[in-house]
Amino acid sequence: MKRKAFLYGLRAGIPIGLGYFAVSFAFGMEAARAGLEVWHAVMISLLNVTSAGQFAALDIMAAGGSLVEMAATQLIINLRYSLMSFSLSQKLEKKAPHLHRFLVAYGVTDEIFGVSAAQEGEVSPYFNYGAMCVAIPGWTIGTLVGAVCGQILPDGIMSALGIAVYGMFLAIIIPPAKKSRPVLFAVLVGMVISCLFAYVPVINQISSGFAIIIATVVAAGLAAVLFPIKEEGVSAHAE
Amino acid sequence: MPSNIWLYVLVMAGVTYLIRMLPLALWKKEIKNVYVRSFLHYVPFACLAAMTFPAILTSTSSMISALCGFAVALFVAYREKSLLTVALSACGTVFLVEQILAYLA
Repeated sequence: MKRKAFLYGLRAGIPIGLGYFAVSFAFGMEAARAGLEVWHAVMISLLNVTSAGQFAALDIMAAGGSLVEMAATQLIINLRYSLMSFSLSQKLEKKAPHLHRFLVAYGVTDEIFGVSAAQEGEVSPYFNYGAMCVAIPGWTIGTLVGAVCGQILPDGIMSALGIAVYGMFLAIIIPPAKKSRPVLFAVLVGMVISCLFAYVPVINQISSGFAIIIATVVAAGLAAVLFPIKEEGVSAHAE
Repeated sequence: MPSNIWLYVLVMAGVTYLIRMLPLALWKKEIKNVYVRSFLHYVPFACLAAMTFPAILTSTSSMISALCGFAVALFVAYREKSLLTVALSACGTVFLVEQILAYLA
């Protein structure tokens, strides 16, 4: 059972790991350009596994920002993970030992959360470990390769790699949005609010981390009020 | 670059881990409220959507190439291809469009 979940997770992790390689390659290259040592860049990727937060960290370090600023920025940009962890706390196997939650937490990324949230019913922690075993090395090694040899790539390829992470996000949200009206609604509202924060004067001064949290809470909140999901059976009948 | 980079790395890793760990470790009981459950169900989609648009438009060196990459990614994702296929189609499109733009300019 554990083995099956783990193998299933490994398989789900392969496209994530390859996608991560492309995105973290760009991160490694930026880090080297900003003046970080290769091993610093690699350790940042291994310990954080978060795209937006790491890119923001580079700006802070390059600008000589304080540790408090670093902590606050990571808190804001990465706060969305607490919503995902909270969502996962409901979905993770109830019978799995509590220790698993500390390990699964390390690998809560947008994409790993995306594939585990897409599983039917409860999720085994071993599914997450499988996905993490491919995705995290992909993220870390991509950073290493990008930091070491990113400088030799032509600008055209670097520009093209910049869109990779968004392609991954779309691959996660579009198929469910196609099948479910409420999900499509949440997606569109999220995008519209995010546009307001990007383009409307005054409120476009709000940091992008906060903008994403507000857009997420409003869009998911509206969808929940307008399209509440009645219990789909499994756990309700079991009780 | 600050001289004590490891300190910065540890601070960011610590904050990021706590954000991910606390809700998972502290909350185990099942939420009964249908609105809270629905909210949590919609969170990932709303969040990824908000992060993608409009940021995707400025993710490359020209808005035209980004728009083309976005359109292709939408199409390929709609056909339910894998993460990697969608990401690489978007990258390939951006690369091609930028080569064409450079040729025209």
